[in-house]
Amino acid sequence: MVSTVETVVQSALDVERIREDFPILHQTVYADKPLTYLDNAATSQTPRPVVQALVDYYEQSNANVHRALHYLGEQATAQFEAARASIANWIGAPAPQNIILTRGTTESINLVARAWCDAHLREGDEILVTAMEHHSNWVPWQLACQRHGATFRIAPITETGELDLEEFGRLLSERTRLVAVTHMSNVLGTINPVADLVKQSHAVGATVLIDAAQSVPHMPVDVATLEADFVVFSSHKMCGPTGVGVLYARDGALAEVGPFLGGGEMISKVGDTESSWAELPYKYEAGTPNIADVVAAGAAVDYLTHMGLDRIHAYEQELTSYLIERLDSLPDVRIFGRAAKRGGAVSFEVSGIHPHDLSQYVDQQGVAIRAGHLCAQPLMRRLGVPAVSRASVYLYNTHAEIDRLIAAIEAAQRFFQA
Amino acid sequence: MDDLEQIYQEMILDHYKHPRNAELLADDPVLADEENPMCGDRIQLTCQINDEQIEAVRYKISGCAVSRASASMMSEALQGLPIEEANDLIEQFVAAMRGERELDPDWHEDLMALSGVRKFPLRVKCATLAWHGMAKALSERKA
Repeated sequence: MVSTVETVVQSALDVERIREDFPILHQTVYADKPLTYLDNAATSQTPRPVVQALVDYYEQSNANVHRALHYLGEQATAQFEAARASIANWIGAPAPQNIILTRGTTESINLVARAWCDAHLREGDEILVTAMEHHSNWVPWQLACQRHGATFRIAPITETGELDLEEFGRLLSERTRLVAVTHMSNVLGTINPVADLVKQSHAVGATVLIDAAQSVPHMPVDVATLEADFVVFSSHKMCGPTGVGVLYARDGALAEVGPFLGGGEMISKVGDTESSWAELPYKYEAGTPNIADVVAAGAAVDYLTHMGLDRIHAYEQELTSYLIERLDSLPDVRIFGRAAKRGGAVSFEVSGIHPHDLSQYVDQQGVAIRAGHLCAQPLMRRLGVPAVSRASVYLYNTHAEIDRLIAAIEAAQRFFQA
Repeated sequence: MDDLEQIYQEMILDHYKHPRNAELLADDPVLADEENPMCGDRIQLTCQINDEQIEAVRYKISGCAVSRASASMMSEALQGLPIEEANDLIEQFVAAMRGERELDPDWHEDLMALSGVRKFPLRVKCATLAWHGMAKALSERKA
C-alpha cells in the first residue's frame, strides 16, 4: 500500500516547482494584483530552459544552416536538425523528414491548402471541415475551393458542442478530397475522436489534416496511431517561442505535390527556365528558417517530455473540472461546450456583461482571460453570440488561480449588475 | 480613482444600464449599420433631420458597456445640432478618443466621462463605434 501511495505522489506534477521555471508568472500588476495567466490557449508562457536555449544559441552557435561550411554553421545546423528530430520523436513520426518546419500552424495549413490542393483538388471535389474550426483551419480551405471550383462543406456540432458524428459520416463521400478537423476546439475545449474520423475519411479516399495546435501541448499525441496524413501545430502554445510551426506529413502524403514557397534551400538544381526541388522536408523550407526559435522549440519539447505529457494532461483534466465546477456554481454564467472528452479551454458568458467588459474588469484584478470571437466567427454564429469569454489552463496554473478568477467574476457581477 | 473606475465611471455605467434613445425610429430608414470586426459589436442608426438640423438620433446596438454608453451619450449630444456642427463634433470626438486632442468641456458634459477610455487603446474602437456609424449616416443622407 505504502509503495502505491509513493508512486502516486511521485507521478503527480510538482506545480510549485514548475512555476519557478516561469519568471513571468511571479509579478504583480496594477500595483498589487498577483498576475493570474489564464489565456494559455492563445499563447503559453516560456520556461527558463527555453529562454536559455535562445540565449545560448545566439551567444554560442549563431550561423545560417545547411550552407555555411564553418564551425558555427555546423553547430547551428546540428542543433536545428536535432530539434527537428526531437519534435519527430515526440509525436511518434517515423523520421525527421516527416517534420516540415514553418512559421506557425497557420502557415502549415496554408502550405497544404496551396501546394497539396494545387496537385489534387479538382472541380466538383469537396473539402469537409467542422463547425468548430479556427479561422486558420477554415479560410485557407475556402480559398482553395474557390481557386479550384470545389465545394466547401461544414460538419455541424451537437448541443453539447461535440462533432455531430452522424452528419459527419453523411457528408463524407467519394467527392470528399480532404477533411480538415481540429483535434481540440480552441473555444469549446472539445476533443474530437480524430483516429476514428481519419479511418472513416480514408475509407472514402479522402486525405486528412488534423489541427493539433490545442492538443499537442496538453496531451500525448502519436501521429502513427492517428494515421492522419497531415498534423499541424505551433511552438508558442507549448512553452516554446513564437514563429515556429510544425507540419507533419505522412510518408508519401506530399508525393507528386509541387513546392509552396520558392527560394533558397528548397531547390536541387536551378536552371534558366526551370528548376528541380530538394528532398523532403527541405523542399518546403524556402529561405533561411527561424533557426533560433526552432532550436528553442526543441528545448520546449525536452521540457514537456521531462514533465511528462500524461502527467500534464491528468493535472489539467483535474484543474479543468475544478474550473467548470466553480463557474457552474456562479449564478448567470453559461458555459459553451459540454463535451464528455475535453481539454482545458473553457468558454463562457456572464449574462448582462459583455465579454470585453468582463475581461477588462478581471484584468484589472490581475486575471488574464480572453474575450472575443476567438477566431471562430462561424462557431459564434452557431452559438448565437457575437463573442465569448475564455479561460484556459496549462501545467503551471493552480486551484488558487481559478479561485481568483471566480472572485473577479463575482466582483464584476456586483459592479455591472447592481 | 483607479484605472478601472476611470473607464467605467458612474456616468458610463448609468448610460449603460439606462441607455437613452436606444430604439430605432420605426418610420425612418436605417442610415448606417456599423460593425467592429474585432469584437462583433454592431450599431444601426436612424435619425430625424429637419431643415438641416438633427431632431433625433435613435439606434439599436449590441455591444459592451463602453460602446453602448458612448452611443447613448452621442444620441443626446447630437440632438438639436445643425448637421455641420454635428459633423465637426464627431470628427473632434473621434480625434480626442485617439488621443490627438483633449475632450472639450463645452461639449455635452456626459462625454467627459469617456476620457478614461483613452488609457485603454484596445477599447477606443468601442467608444468610437457609434460615432463612425453616425458619420456614415449623415453622409448617406446627403448622397
